Amino acid sequence: MKEAGLKPHKQANRYSAKDDVKQNVTVKRVPAAQRSGRVGLIKRLRNYFALHFHVLTTTLSQLGRALMGNFMTAVVIGISLALPAALHVFLNKVESLGAAWQESAQISLFLQPNISAQNSTQLMNELKSWPEIDSLEYISPEQALEDFRQNSGLGDALAMLDDNPLPGVVVVSPTMAHQNPAAAESLLERLRQRPEVDLAQLDLEWVQRLHGLIGLAERVVLVLGGLLALAVLFVIGNTIRLAIQNRHDEIEVIKLIGGSDAFVRRPFLYNGMWFGLFGSLLAWLLVNILLMVLDGPVRQLAELYDSQFSLGLVDIKTTLLLLLLGPLLGLVGAWLVTGRRLRVIEPA
Amino acid sequence: MIHFSKVTKRYPNGFEALVDVSLHIKKAEMVFLTGHSGAGKSTLLKMIPLIERPSAGQVIIDDKHLGRVKRRQIPALRRDIGIIFQDSKLLNDRNVFDNVALPLLVSGEHHPREVGRRVRAALDKVGLLNRENDFPVYLSGGERQRVGIARAVVNRPKVLIADEPTGNLDPVLSREIMSLFEQFNQVGVTLLIASHDLELIGSLNKRIVSIRNGRMLADEGGRVEAAQTG
Ligand SMILES: Nc1ncnc2c1ncn2[C@@H]1O[C@H](COP(=O)(O)OP(=O)(O)O)[C@@H](O)[C@H]1O
Ligand SMILES: [Mg+2]
Repeated sequence: MKEAGLKPHKQANRYSAKDDVKQNVTVKRVPAAQRSGRVGLIKRLRNYFALHFHVLTTTLSQLGRALMGNFMTAVVIGISLALPAALHVFLNKVESLGAAWQESAQISLFLQPNISAQNSTQLMNELKSWPEIDSLEYISPEQALEDFRQNSGLGDALAMLDDNPLPGVVVVSPTMAHQNPAAAESLLERLRQRPEVDLAQLDLEWVQRLHGLIGLAERVVLVLGGLLALAVLFVIGNTIRLAIQNRHDEIEVIKLIGGSDAFVRRPFLYNGMWFGLFGSLLAWLLVNILLMVLDGPVRQLAELYDSQFSLGLVDIKTTLLLLLLGPLLGLVGAWLVTGRRLRVIEPA
Repeated sequence: MIHFSKVTKRYPNGFEALVDVSLHIKKAEMVFLTGHSGAGKSTLLKMIPLIERPSAGQVIIDDKHLGRVKRRQIPALRRDIGIIFQDSKLLNDRNVFDNVALPLLVSGEHHPREVGRRVRAALDKVGLLNRENDFPVYLSGGERQRVGIARAVVNRPKVLIADEPTGNLDPVLSREIMSLFEQFNQVGVTLLIASHDLELIGSLNKRIVSIRNGRMLADEGGRVEAAQTG
Protein backbone atom coordinates (compact mmCIF):
# COMPACT_ATOMS: atom_id res chain seq x y z
CA MET A 1 0.00 0.00 0.00
CA LYS A 2 2.62 2.45 1.06
CA GLU A 3 4.53 1.84 -2.13
CA ALA A 4 1.91 3.53 -4.29
CA GLY A 5 1.95 6.42 -1.94
CA LEU A 6 -1.60 6.30 -0.67
CA LYS A 7 -1.58 8.01 2.67
CA PRO A 8 -2.34 5.50 5.42
CA HIS A 9 -5.71 6.19 6.94
CA LYS A 10 -4.52 6.13 10.53
CA GLN A 11 -2.08 8.86 9.83
CA ALA A 12 -4.82 10.92 8.23
CA ASN A 13 -6.83 10.56 11.39
CA ARG A 14 -4.19 12.28 13.44
CA TYR A 15 -4.83 15.62 11.76
CA SER A 16 -7.56 17.83 13.04
CA ALA A 17 -9.88 19.17 10.35
CA LYS A 18 -8.05 22.49 10.45
CA ASP A 19 -4.65 20.90 9.96
CA ASP A 20 -6.07 18.99 7.09
CA VAL A 21 -7.15 22.13 5.30
CA LYS A 22 -3.79 23.76 5.84
CA GLN A 23 -1.94 20.75 4.56
CA ASN A 24 -4.13 20.59 1.51
CA VAL A 25 -3.57 24.23 0.72
CA THR A 26 0.20 23.96 0.74
CA VAL A 27 0.07 20.79 -1.25
CA LYS A 28 -2.42 21.84 -3.88
CA ARG A 29 -0.21 23.70 -6.36
CA VAL A 30 2.53 21.09 -6.53
CA PRO A 31 1.94 18.11 -8.82
CA ALA A 32 1.21 14.97 -6.89
CA ALA A 33 4.44 13.44 -8.12
CA GLN A 34 6.46 16.06 -6.30
CA ARG A 35 4.56 16.39 -3.07
CA SER A 36 7.47 15.35 -0.94
CA GLY A 37 9.89 18.20 -0.43
CA ARG A 38 10.87 21.24 -2.43
CA VAL A 39 11.28 20.84 -6.16
CA GLY A 40 14.86 21.67 -7.11
CA LEU A 41 15.76 23.58 -10.24
CA ILE A 42 17.89 20.68 -11.43
CA LYS A 43 14.99 18.32 -11.13
CA ARG A 44 12.71 20.73 -12.98
CA LEU A 45 15.23 21.12 -15.78
CA ARG A 46 15.80 17.39 -15.91
CA ASN A 47 12.04 16.86 -16.06
CA TYR A 48 11.72 19.46 -18.79
CA PHE A 49 14.29 17.83 -21.04
CA ALA A 50 13.05 14.36 -20.20
CA LEU A 51 9.56 15.44 -21.22
CA HIS A 52 10.70 16.84 -24.56
CA PHE A 53 12.89 13.84 -25.23
CA HIS A 54 9.99 11.57 -24.41
CA VAL A 55 7.63 13.39 -26.77
CA LEU A 56 10.34 13.54 -29.45
CA THR A 57 10.87 9.80 -29.43
CA THR A 58 7.26 8.74 -29.00
CA THR A 59 6.07 10.94 -31.86
CA LEU A 60 8.83 9.51 -34.01
CA SER A 61 7.86 5.94 -33.23
CA GLN A 62 4.21 6.81 -33.88
CA LEU A 63 5.19 8.09 -37.33
CA GLY A 64 6.92 4.78 -37.93
CA ARG A 65 3.65 2.92 -37.44
CA ALA A 66 1.93 4.36 -40.52
CA LEU A 67 5.15 4.37 -42.49
CA MET A 68 3.78 4.42 -46.03
CA GLY A 69 1.28 7.22 -45.60
CA ASN A 70 3.72 9.36 -43.67
CA PHE A 71 6.43 8.72 -46.22
CA MET A 72 4.14 9.98 -48.99
CA THR A 73 3.46 13.15 -47.04
CA ALA A 74 7.20 13.65 -46.57
CA VAL A 75 7.73 13.11 -50.32
CA VAL A 76 5.16 15.77 -51.20
CA ILE A 77 6.86 18.18 -48.79
CA GLY A 78 10.26 17.16 -50.16
CA ILE A 79 9.33 17.88 -53.76
CA SER A 80 7.73 21.19 -52.84
CA LEU A 81 10.91 22.25 -51.07
CA ALA A 82 13.24 20.76 -53.68
CA LEU A 83 11.91 22.91 -56.53
CA PRO A 84 12.80 26.34 -55.16
CA ALA A 85 15.95 24.91 -53.54
CA ALA A 86 17.16 23.55 -56.87
CA LEU A 87 16.49 26.83 -58.67
CA HIS A 88 18.25 28.72 -55.90
CA VAL A 89 21.31 26.47 -56.14
CA PHE A 90 21.45 26.82 -59.96
CA LEU A 91 21.23 30.57 -59.78
CA ASN A 92 24.01 30.63 -57.22
CA LYS A 93 26.22 28.61 -59.55
CA VAL A 94 25.48 30.81 -62.54
CA GLU A 95 26.10 33.89 -60.45
CA SER A 96 29.48 32.61 -59.32
CA LEU A 97 30.30 31.97 -62.95
CA GLY A 98 29.34 35.55 -63.80
CA ALA A 99 31.51 36.82 -60.96
CA ALA A 100 34.50 34.92 -62.36
CA TRP A 101 34.04 36.53 -65.76
CA GLN A 102 33.51 39.92 -64.29
CA GLU A 103 37.11 39.89 -63.10
CA SER A 104 38.23 40.14 -66.70
CA ALA A 105 36.31 43.36 -67.20
CA GLN A 106 37.84 45.54 -69.93
CA ILE A 107 37.11 48.92 -71.41
CA SER A 108 37.54 49.41 -75.13
CA LEU A 109 38.30 52.97 -76.29
CA PHE A 110 37.53 53.53 -79.97
CA LEU A 111 39.60 56.58 -80.94
CA GLN A 112 38.49 59.38 -83.24
CA PRO A 113 38.95 58.27 -86.90
CA ASN A 114 41.36 60.99 -87.95
CA ILE A 115 43.52 61.12 -84.88
CA SER A 116 47.27 61.12 -85.47
CA ALA A 117 49.54 58.29 -84.33
CA GLN A 118 51.39 60.82 -82.23
CA ASN A 119 48.21 61.79 -80.43
CA SER A 120 47.40 58.17 -79.70
CA THR A 121 50.83 57.56 -78.21
CA GLN A 122 50.42 60.65 -76.07
CA LEU A 123 47.09 59.37 -74.83
CA MET A 124 48.61 55.99 -74.04
CA ASN A 125 51.41 57.59 -72.06
CA GLU A 126 49.01 59.66 -70.08
CA LEU A 127 46.66 56.80 -69.27
CA LYS A 128 49.58 54.68 -68.09
CA SER A 129 49.96 57.02 -65.12
CA TRP A 130 46.35 56.55 -63.96
CA PRO A 131 46.29 54.52 -60.76
CA GLU A 132 42.99 52.84 -61.67
CA ILE A 133 44.50 51.30 -64.77
CA ASP A 134 46.40 48.08 -64.61
CA SER A 135 47.46 47.64 -68.23
CA LEU A 136 46.87 49.05 -71.69
CA GLU A 137 46.98 47.60 -75.13
CA TYR A 138 46.98 49.65 -78.32
CA ILE A 139 45.54 48.20 -81.50
CA SER A 140 46.39 50.42 -84.46
CA PRO A 141 43.88 50.80 -87.35
CA GLU A 142 46.19 48.74 -89.56
CA GLN A 143 46.43 45.92 -87.07
CA ALA A 144 42.67 46.02 -86.53
CA LEU A 145 42.12 45.74 -90.24
CA GLU A 146 44.52 42.82 -90.45
CA ASP A 147 42.76 41.02 -87.57
CA PHE A 148 39.44 41.65 -89.20
CA ARG A 149 40.65 40.39 -92.56
CA GLN A 150 41.85 37.16 -91.00
CA ASN A 151 38.90 36.53 -88.74
CA SER A 152 35.99 37.57 -90.90
CA GLY A 153 36.85 36.00 -94.23
CA LEU A 154 35.84 39.22 -95.91
CA GLY A 155 39.39 39.94 -97.06
CA ASP A 156 38.52 40.41 -100.73
CA ALA A 157 35.74 42.83 -99.98
CA LEU A 158 37.99 44.88 -97.73
CA ALA A 159 40.63 45.07 -100.43
CA MET A 160 38.19 47.08 -102.51
CA LEU A 161 38.09 49.85 -99.93
CA ASP A 162 40.35 52.84 -100.53
CA ASP A 163 40.57 53.80 -96.90
CA ASN A 164 40.89 51.82 -93.74
CA PRO A 165 37.49 52.44 -92.10
CA LEU A 166 38.59 51.08 -88.69
CA PRO A 167 39.65 53.37 -85.86
CA GLY A 168 42.51 52.73 -83.44
CA VAL A 169 41.49 50.97 -80.27
CA VAL A 170 42.92 51.14 -76.76
CA VAL A 171 41.98 48.21 -74.54
CA VAL A 172 42.07 49.29 -70.88
CA SER A 173 42.23 46.72 -68.05
CA PRO A 174 41.32 48.29 -64.71
CA THR A 175 43.19 47.19 -61.56
CA MET A 176 41.55 44.59 -59.32
CA ALA A 177 40.17 47.31 -57.07
CA HIS A 178 38.32 48.85 -60.01
CA GLN A 179 36.83 45.68 -61.42
CA ASN A 180 33.49 46.03 -59.67
CA PRO A 181 30.67 47.46 -61.77
CA ALA A 182 30.42 50.83 -59.99
CA ALA A 183 34.18 51.63 -60.10
CA ALA A 184 34.50 50.40 -63.67
CA GLU A 185 31.55 52.55 -64.61
CA SER A 186 33.10 55.73 -63.17
CA LEU A 187 36.38 54.98 -64.89
CA LEU A 188 34.46 54.53 -68.11
CA GLU A 189 32.81 57.92 -67.61
CA ARG A 190 36.18 59.66 -67.16
CA LEU A 191 37.62 57.99 -70.24
CA ARG A 192 34.61 59.07 -72.25
CA GLN A 193 35.43 62.72 -71.46
CA ARG A 194 38.71 62.47 -73.38
CA PRO A 195 38.57 64.34 -76.70
CA GLU A 196 40.59 61.59 -78.43
CA VAL A 197 37.92 59.01 -77.57
CA ASP A 198 35.07 58.58 -79.98
CA LEU A 199 33.37 55.71 -78.21
CA ALA A 200 34.10 54.02 -74.88
CA GLN A 201 32.58 50.64 -74.15
CA LEU A 202 32.61 48.63 -70.98
CA ASP A 203 32.66 44.91 -71.70
CA LEU A 204 31.05 44.55 -68.31
CA GLU A 205 27.68 45.47 -69.67
CA TRP A 206 26.65 41.95 -70.43
CA VAL A 207 27.75 40.88 -66.96
CA GLN A 208 25.50 43.57 -65.57
CA ARG A 209 22.69 42.31 -67.72
CA LEU A 210 23.35 38.83 -66.41
CA HIS A 211 23.26 40.26 -62.90
CA GLY A 212 19.96 41.90 -63.66
CA LEU A 213 18.55 38.68 -65.03
CA ILE A 214 19.78 36.70 -62.06
CA GLY A 215 18.29 39.29 -59.73
CA LEU A 216 14.98 38.90 -61.48
CA ALA A 217 15.24 35.13 -61.40
CA GLU A 218 16.10 35.24 -57.69
CA ARG A 219 12.95 37.19 -57.13
CA VAL A 220 10.93 34.66 -59.09
CA VAL A 221 12.48 31.89 -57.00
CA LEU A 222 11.61 33.82 -53.86
CA VAL A 223 7.97 34.19 -54.89
CA LEU A 224 7.82 30.58 -56.04
CA GLY A 225 9.51 29.47 -52.84
CA GLY A 226 7.02 31.47 -50.80
CA LEU A 227 4.09 29.87 -52.60
CA LEU A 228 5.52 26.39 -52.21
CA ALA A 229 6.30 27.05 -48.54
CA LEU A 230 2.65 27.96 -48.19
CA ALA A 231 1.75 24.68 -49.88
CA VAL A 232 4.00 22.81 -47.42
CA LEU A 233 2.29 24.64 -44.59
CA PHE A 234 -1.07 23.44 -45.86
CA VAL A 235 0.10 19.86 -46.43
CA ILE A 236 1.49 19.62 -42.91
CA GLY A 237 -1.52 21.41 -41.46
CA ASN A 238 -3.85 19.00 -43.18
CA THR A 239 -1.85 15.96 -42.06
CA ILE A 240 -1.91 17.18 -38.48
CA ARG A 241 -5.62 17.94 -38.75
CA LEU A 242 -6.24 14.33 -39.78
CA ALA A 243 -4.02 13.11 -36.96
CA ILE A 244 -6.14 15.11 -34.51
CA GLN A 245 -9.29 13.51 -35.91
CA ASN A 246 -7.76 10.05 -35.56
CA ARG A 247 -6.68 10.69 -32.01
CA HIS A 248 -9.85 12.37 -30.88
CA ASP A 249 -10.62 9.77 -28.21
CA GLU A 250 -7.06 9.74 -26.97
CA ILE A 251 -7.09 13.53 -26.61
CA GLU A 252 -10.28 13.28 -24.57
CA VAL A 253 -8.75 10.70 -22.25
CA ILE A 254 -5.59 12.75 -21.77
CA LYS A 255 -7.68 15.79 -20.93
CA LEU A 256 -9.72 13.70 -18.49
CA ILE A 257 -6.64 12.71 -16.53
CA GLY A 258 -5.47 16.32 -16.35
CA GLY A 259 -3.42 16.92 -19.49
CA SER A 260 -3.08 20.65 -20.10
CA ASP A 261 -3.64 22.23 -23.53
CA ALA A 262 0.13 22.48 -23.92
CA PHE A 263 0.62 18.83 -23.02
CA VAL A 264 -1.98 17.73 -25.55
CA ARG A 265 -0.56 20.02 -28.22
CA ARG A 266 3.10 19.14 -27.83
CA PRO A 267 3.10 15.79 -29.66
CA PHE A 268 1.34 17.35 -32.64
CA LEU A 269 3.90 20.14 -32.83
CA TYR A 270 6.72 17.60 -32.80
CA ASN A 271 4.83 15.62 -35.40
CA GLY A 272 4.76 18.63 -37.71
CA MET A 273 8.42 19.27 -37.06
CA TRP A 274 9.31 15.69 -37.97
CA PHE A 275 7.40 15.97 -41.25
CA GLY A 276 9.24 19.20 -42.04
CA LEU A 277 12.61 17.67 -41.18
CA PHE A 278 12.08 14.52 -43.26
CA GLY A 279 10.67 16.64 -46.09
CA SER A 280 13.70 18.90 -46.14
CA LEU A 281 16.10 15.94 -45.95
CA LEU A 282 14.34 14.45 -48.95
CA ALA A 283 14.48 17.79 -50.75
CA TRP A 284 18.22 18.02 -50.06
CA LEU A 285 18.67 14.51 -51.45
CA LEU A 286 16.57 15.29 -54.54
CA VAL A 287 18.50 18.46 -55.37
CA ASN A 288 21.81 16.64 -54.97
CA ILE A 289 20.64 13.87 -57.28
CA LEU A 290 19.54 16.47 -59.80
CA LEU A 291 22.93 18.20 -59.61
CA MET A 292 24.74 14.93 -60.11
CA VAL A 293 22.60 13.99 -63.08
CA LEU A 294 23.14 17.38 -64.74
CA ASP A 295 26.81 17.66 -63.86
CA GLY A 296 28.05 15.59 -66.83
CA PRO A 297 26.28 17.57 -69.57
CA VAL A 298 27.15 20.89 -67.91
CA ARG A 299 30.82 19.91 -67.71
CA GLN A 300 30.84 19.03 -71.41
CA LEU A 301 29.23 22.33 -72.27
CA ALA A 302 31.73 24.21 -70.11
CA GLU A 303 34.65 22.44 -71.75
CA LEU A 304 33.53 23.86 -75.08
CA TYR A 305 34.18 27.28 -73.59
CA ASP A 306 37.48 26.20 -72.02
CA SER A 307 35.95 26.39 -68.57
CA GLN A 308 36.41 24.07 -65.60
CA PHE A 309 32.88 24.88 -64.43
CA SER A 310 31.03 22.05 -62.69
CA LEU A 311 27.89 21.99 -60.59
CA GLY A 312 29.17 20.19 -57.50
CA LEU A 313 26.76 19.51 -54.61
CA VAL A 314 24.40 21.67 -52.55
CA ASP A 315 26.47 24.18 -50.59
CA ILE A 316 26.55 24.26 -46.79
CA LYS A 317 24.55 27.47 -46.52
CA THR A 318 21.68 26.20 -48.62
CA THR A 319 21.78 22.87 -46.78
CA LEU A 320 21.49 24.56 -43.40
CA LEU A 321 18.77 26.86 -44.69
CA LEU A 322 16.80 23.90 -46.00
CA LEU A 323 17.22 21.83 -42.83
CA LEU A 324 16.15 24.80 -40.73
CA LEU A 325 13.29 25.97 -42.88
CA GLY A 326 11.65 22.54 -43.24
CA PRO A 327 11.18 21.83 -39.52
CA LEU A 328 10.21 25.46 -38.95
CA LEU A 329 7.48 25.22 -41.57
CA GLY A 330 6.32 21.97 -40.00
CA LEU A 331 6.20 23.54 -36.58
CA VAL A 332 4.30 26.59 -37.82
CA GLY A 333 1.88 24.46 -39.86
CA ALA A 334 1.15 22.27 -36.84
CA TRP A 335 0.94 25.31 -34.58
CA LEU A 336 -1.65 27.00 -36.76
CA VAL A 337 -3.86 23.96 -37.04
CA THR A 338 -3.70 22.72 -33.43
CA GLY A 339 -4.55 25.67 -31.18
CA ARG A 340 -8.31 26.04 -31.45
CA ARG A 341 -8.96 22.54 -32.75
CA LEU A 342 -7.48 20.91 -29.68
CA ARG A 343 -9.02 23.41 -27.30
CA VAL A 344 -12.55 22.60 -28.41
CA ILE A 345 -12.13 18.88 -27.78
CA GLU A 346 -13.68 18.39 -24.38
CA PRO A 347 -14.49 15.13 -22.65
CA ALA A 348 -18.24 14.59 -22.39
CA MET B 1 -14.36 16.51 1.06
CA ILE B 2 -17.12 16.67 -1.56
CA HIS B 3 -19.97 19.16 -1.13
CA PHE B 4 -22.90 19.57 -3.49
CA SER B 5 -25.28 22.30 -2.43
CA LYS B 6 -28.54 22.85 -4.32
CA VAL B 7 -26.98 21.77 -7.59
CA THR B 8 -29.13 21.92 -10.69
CA LYS B 9 -27.90 20.89 -14.10
CA ARG B 10 -29.80 21.97 -17.16
CA TYR B 11 -28.30 20.72 -20.44
CA PRO B 12 -28.24 23.07 -23.43
CA ASN B 13 -31.33 21.36 -24.84
CA GLY B 14 -33.23 22.45 -21.72
CA PHE B 15 -33.35 19.02 -20.08
CA GLU B 16 -32.86 19.11 -16.32
CA ALA B 17 -30.64 16.16 -15.45
CA LEU B 18 -30.16 17.23 -11.83
CA VAL B 19 -32.55 19.28 -9.72
CA ASP B 20 -31.59 20.87 -6.42
CA VAL B 21 -29.21 18.13 -5.31
CA SER B 22 -27.39 18.57 -2.01
CA LEU B 23 -24.85 16.00 -0.87
CA HIS B 24 -21.97 15.97 1.53
CA ILE B 25 -19.30 13.30 1.43
CA LYS B 26 -16.72 13.29 4.17
CA LYS B 27 -13.06 12.64 3.82
CA ALA B 28 -12.25 8.93 3.54
CA GLU B 29 -15.90 8.05 3.00
CA MET B 30 -17.00 5.49 0.41
CA VAL B 31 -20.38 6.31 -1.11
CA PHE B 32 -22.45 4.57 -3.77
CA LEU B 33 -24.65 6.54 -6.10
CA THR B 34 -27.53 4.59 -7.50
CA GLY B 35 -30.62 5.13 -9.59
CA HIS B 36 -32.26 4.03 -12.83
CA SER B 37 -30.58 4.60 -16.15
CA GLY B 38 -30.91 8.27 -17.00
CA ALA B 39 -31.39 9.26 -13.36
CA GLY B 40 -28.47 11.65 -13.49
CA LYS B 41 -25.66 9.63 -11.88
CA SER B 42 -23.11 10.35 -14.59
CA THR B 43 -24.12 13.99 -14.67
CA LEU B 44 -23.50 14.29 -10.95
CA LEU B 45 -20.07 12.62 -11.19
CA LYS B 46 -19.06 14.84 -14.11
CA MET B 47 -19.39 17.92 -11.91
CA ILE B 48 -16.44 16.79 -9.77
CA PRO B 49 -13.66 16.92 -12.42
CA LEU B 50 -15.51 19.81 -14.10
CA ILE B 51 -16.48 17.87 -17.20
CA GLU B 52 -19.81 19.63 -16.69
CA ARG B 53 -20.58 22.73 -14.66
CA PRO B 54 -23.74 23.23 -12.61
CA SER B 55 -26.42 25.56 -13.97
CA ALA B 56 -27.18 26.54 -10.39
CA GLY B 57 -25.78 25.69 -6.99
CA GLN B 58 -22.28 25.01 -5.80
CA VAL B 59 -19.76 22.20 -5.80
CA ILE B 60 -16.85 22.32 -3.37
CA ILE B 61 -14.08 19.72 -3.51
CA ASP B 62 -11.48 19.74 -0.78
CA ASP B 63 -12.33 23.37 0.09
CA LYS B 64 -12.05 24.47 -3.50
CA HIS B 65 -15.09 26.20 -5.01
CA LEU B 66 -15.32 24.69 -8.46
CA GLY B 67 -17.34 27.66 -9.68
CA ARG B 68 -14.21 29.76 -9.28
CA VAL B 69 -11.93 27.36 -11.13
CA LYS B 70 -11.04 28.84 -14.49
CA ARG B 71 -10.75 26.77 -17.65
CA ARG B 72 -6.98 27.07 -17.48
CA GLN B 73 -6.92 25.56 -13.98
CA ILE B 74 -9.05 22.52 -14.78
CA PRO B 75 -6.14 20.19 -15.72
CA ALA B 76 -4.47 20.75 -12.33
CA LEU B 77 -7.78 20.01 -10.61
CA ARG B 78 -8.24 16.77 -12.54
CA ARG B 79 -4.76 15.57 -11.64
CA ASP B 80 -5.84 15.39 -8.02
CA ILE B 81 -8.90 13.27 -8.84
CA GLY B 82 -8.82 9.68 -10.03
CA ILE B 83 -11.51 8.82 -12.56
CA ILE B 84 -12.62 5.31 -13.50
CA PHE B 85 -14.98 4.68 -16.41
CA GLN B 86 -17.30 1.86 -17.32
CA ASP B 87 -15.33 1.22 -20.53
CA SER B 88 -11.97 1.85 -18.79
CA LYS B 89 -10.89 4.24 -21.61
CA LEU B 90 -7.39 2.86 -22.07
CA LEU B 91 -5.26 4.01 -25.00
CA ASN B 92 -4.96 1.07 -27.36
CA ASP B 93 -1.78 2.22 -29.05
CA ARG B 94 0.34 1.75 -25.94
CA ASN B 95 0.95 -1.04 -23.48
CA VAL B 96 -0.28 -1.39 -19.93
CA PHE B 97 2.80 0.24 -18.44
CA ASP B 98 2.52 3.33 -20.64
CA ASN B 99 -1.20 3.62 -19.98
CA VAL B 100 -0.66 3.63 -16.24
CA ALA B 101 2.32 5.99 -16.56
CA LEU B 102 0.28 8.61 -18.42
CA PRO B 103 -1.00 10.53 -15.37
CA LEU B 104 2.57 10.78 -14.09
CA LEU B 105 3.79 12.26 -17.38
CA VAL B 106 0.83 14.61 -17.40
CA SER B 107 1.74 15.92 -13.97
CA GLY B 108 5.38 16.41 -14.84
CA GLU B 109 7.09 13.29 -13.50
CA HIS B 110 9.33 11.90 -16.19
CA HIS B 111 12.20 10.38 -14.35
CA PRO B 112 12.24 6.78 -15.62
CA ARG B 113 13.18 5.27 -12.27
CA GLU B 114 10.46 7.13 -10.37
CA VAL B 115 7.85 6.46 -13.07
CA GLY B 116 8.77 2.77 -13.14
CA ARG B 117 8.60 2.46 -9.38
CA ARG B 118 5.19 4.05 -9.09
CA VAL B 119 3.63 2.37 -12.11
CA ARG B 120 4.71 -1.03 -10.79
CA ALA B 121 3.40 -0.23 -7.33
CA ALA B 122 0.00 0.63 -8.82
CA LEU B 123 -0.01 -2.46 -11.04
CA ASP B 124 0.98 -4.60 -8.09
CA LYS B 125 -1.98 -3.33 -6.17
CA VAL B 126 -4.44 -4.38 -8.87
CA GLY B 127 -2.59 -7.68 -9.36
CA LEU B 128 -1.34 -7.07 -12.89
CA LEU B 129 2.36 -6.66 -12.30
CA ASN B 130 3.19 -9.36 -14.84
CA ARG B 131 1.13 -7.76 -17.63
CA GLU B 132 2.92 -4.42 -17.96
CA ASN B 133 4.10 -5.11 -21.52
CA ASP B 134 0.76 -6.28 -22.86
CA PHE B 135 -1.48 -4.13 -25.01
CA PRO B 136 -5.04 -3.44 -23.84
CA VAL B 137 -6.62 -5.48 -26.67
CA TYR B 138 -5.05 -8.63 -25.23
CA LEU B 139 -6.61 -8.11 -21.80
CA SER B 140 -9.95 -9.38 -20.55
CA GLY B 141 -12.66 -6.90 -19.53
CA GLY B 142 -11.83 -7.33 -15.85
CA GLU B 143 -8.12 -6.86 -16.47
CA ARG B 144 -8.73 -3.73 -18.53
CA GLN B 145 -10.84 -2.32 -15.74
CA ARG B 146 -8.05 -3.05 -13.24
CA VAL B 147 -5.54 -1.28 -15.47
CA GLY B 148 -7.95 1.66 -15.55
CA ILE B 149 -7.99 1.61 -11.75
CA ALA B 150 -4.19 1.45 -11.58
CA ARG B 151 -4.06 4.50 -13.86
CA ALA B 152 -6.55 6.33 -11.63
CA VAL B 153 -4.55 5.74 -8.44
CA VAL B 154 -0.97 6.02 -9.72
CA ASN B 155 -0.93 9.75 -8.96
CA ARG B 156 -2.14 9.16 -5.35
CA PRO B 157 -5.39 11.12 -5.65
CA LYS B 158 -7.35 11.87 -2.51
CA VAL B 159 -10.64 11.45 -4.38
CA LEU B 160 -11.64 8.60 -6.67
CA ILE B 161 -14.82 8.67 -8.74
CA ALA B 162 -16.06 5.70 -10.71
CA ASP B 163 -18.94 5.63 -13.18
CA GLU B 164 -20.44 2.14 -13.36
CA PRO B 165 -17.02 0.52 -13.01
CA THR B 166 -18.50 -2.98 -12.97
CA GLY B 167 -21.16 -2.36 -15.61
CA ASN B 168 -19.50 -4.69 -18.11
CA LEU B 169 -18.30 -7.35 -15.67
CA ASP B 170 -19.73 -10.58 -14.29
CA PRO B 171 -20.57 -10.79 -10.55
CA VAL B 172 -17.29 -12.42 -9.51
CA LEU B 173 -15.14 -9.83 -11.25
CA SER B 174 -17.42 -7.05 -10.00
CA ARG B 175 -16.87 -8.19 -6.43
CA GLU B 176 -13.10 -8.19 -6.98
CA ILE B 177 -13.19 -4.63 -8.25
CA MET B 178 -15.32 -3.52 -5.29
CA SER B 179 -12.93 -5.09 -2.82
CA LEU B 180 -10.12 -3.16 -4.49
CA PHE B 181 -12.10 0.02 -3.90
CA GLU B 182 -12.59 -0.97 -0.27
CA GLN B 183 -8.82 -1.34 0.10
CA PHE B 184 -8.27 2.18 -1.23
CA ASN B 185 -10.94 3.45 1.11
CA GLN B 186 -9.16 1.82 4.03
CA VAL B 187 -6.07 3.91 3.37
CA GLY B 188 -8.06 7.14 3.41
CA VAL B 189 -9.18 7.70 -0.17
CA THR B 190 -12.61 9.26 -0.62
CA LEU B 191 -14.68 7.32 -3.16
CA LEU B 192 -17.90 8.08 -5.00
CA ILE B 193 -19.09 5.18 -7.15
CA ALA B 194 -22.08 5.19 -9.46
CA SER B 195 -23.66 1.79 -9.86
CA HIS B 196 -27.10 0.31 -10.39
CA ASP B 197 -26.07 -3.15 -9.23
CA LEU B 198 -28.15 -2.97 -6.03
CA GLU B 199 -27.42 -6.54 -5.03
CA LEU B 200 -23.68 -5.98 -5.10
CA ILE B 201 -23.58 -2.63 -3.34
CA GLY B 202 -26.19 -3.74 -0.81
CA SER B 203 -23.80 -6.43 0.37
CA LEU B 204 -21.00 -3.97 1.05
CA ASN B 205 -22.56 -2.12 3.97
CA LYS B 206 -21.68 1.37 2.71
CA ARG B 207 -23.62 4.60 2.40
CA ILE B 208 -25.95 4.57 -0.61
CA VAL B 209 -27.38 7.70 -2.22
CA SER B 210 -30.26 7.15 -4.64
CA ILE B 211 -31.48 9.59 -7.21
CA ARG B 212 -34.47 9.44 -9.50
CA ASN B 213 -35.11 11.78 -12.40
CA GLY B 214 -32.39 14.08 -11.18
CA ARG B 215 -33.67 14.42 -7.62
CA MET B 216 -32.28 13.00 -4.39
CA LEU B 217 -34.48 10.14 -3.29
CA ALA B 218 -32.75 8.52 -0.34
CA ASP B 219 -29.48 8.66 1.56
CA GLU B 220 -29.03 5.63 3.73
CA GLY B 221 -26.59 3.35 5.51
CA GLY B 222 -22.93 3.59 6.22
CA ARG B 223 -23.27 6.77 8.23
CA VAL B 224 -22.29 5.20 11.49
CA GLU B 225 -19.31 3.57 9.94
CA ALA B 226 -18.41 6.75 8.09
CA ALA B 227 -18.48 8.67 11.33
CA GLN B 228 -16.11 6.18 12.86
CA THR B 229 -13.59 6.16 10.10
CA GLY B 230 -13.87 9.61 8.60
N1 LIG C 1 -25.10 16.33 -22.98
C1 LIG C 1 -26.39 16.09 -22.73
N2 LIG C 1 -27.34 16.84 -23.34
C2 LIG C 1 -28.63 16.62 -23.09
N3 LIG C 1 -29.09 15.68 -22.25
C3 LIG C 1 -28.20 14.91 -21.61
C4 LIG C 1 -26.81 15.08 -21.83
N4 LIG C 1 -26.16 14.17 -21.08
C5 LIG C 1 -27.11 13.48 -20.41
N5 LIG C 1 -28.33 13.92 -20.74
C6 LIG C 1 -29.59 13.44 -20.20
O1 LIG C 1 -29.58 13.61 -18.81
C7 LIG C 1 -30.18 12.50 -18.17
C8 LIG C 1 -29.24 11.95 -17.14
O2 LIG C 1 -28.15 11.36 -17.81
P1 LIG C 1 -26.99 10.63 -17.04
O3 LIG C 1 -26.46 11.55 -16.02
O4 LIG C 1 -26.05 10.10 -18.03
O5 LIG C 1 -27.78 9.45 -16.34
P2 LIG C 1 -27.24 8.10 -15.72
O6 LIG C 1 -25.76 8.15 -15.70
O7 LIG C 1 -27.84 8.04 -14.37
O8 LIG C 1 -27.76 6.99 -16.58
C9 LIG C 1 -30.55 11.51 -19.23
O9 LIG C 1 -31.93 11.63 -19.51
C10 LIG C 1 -29.75 11.95 -20.42
O10 LIG C 1 -30.46 11.70 -21.61
MG1 LIG D 1 -24.37 6.96 -16.67
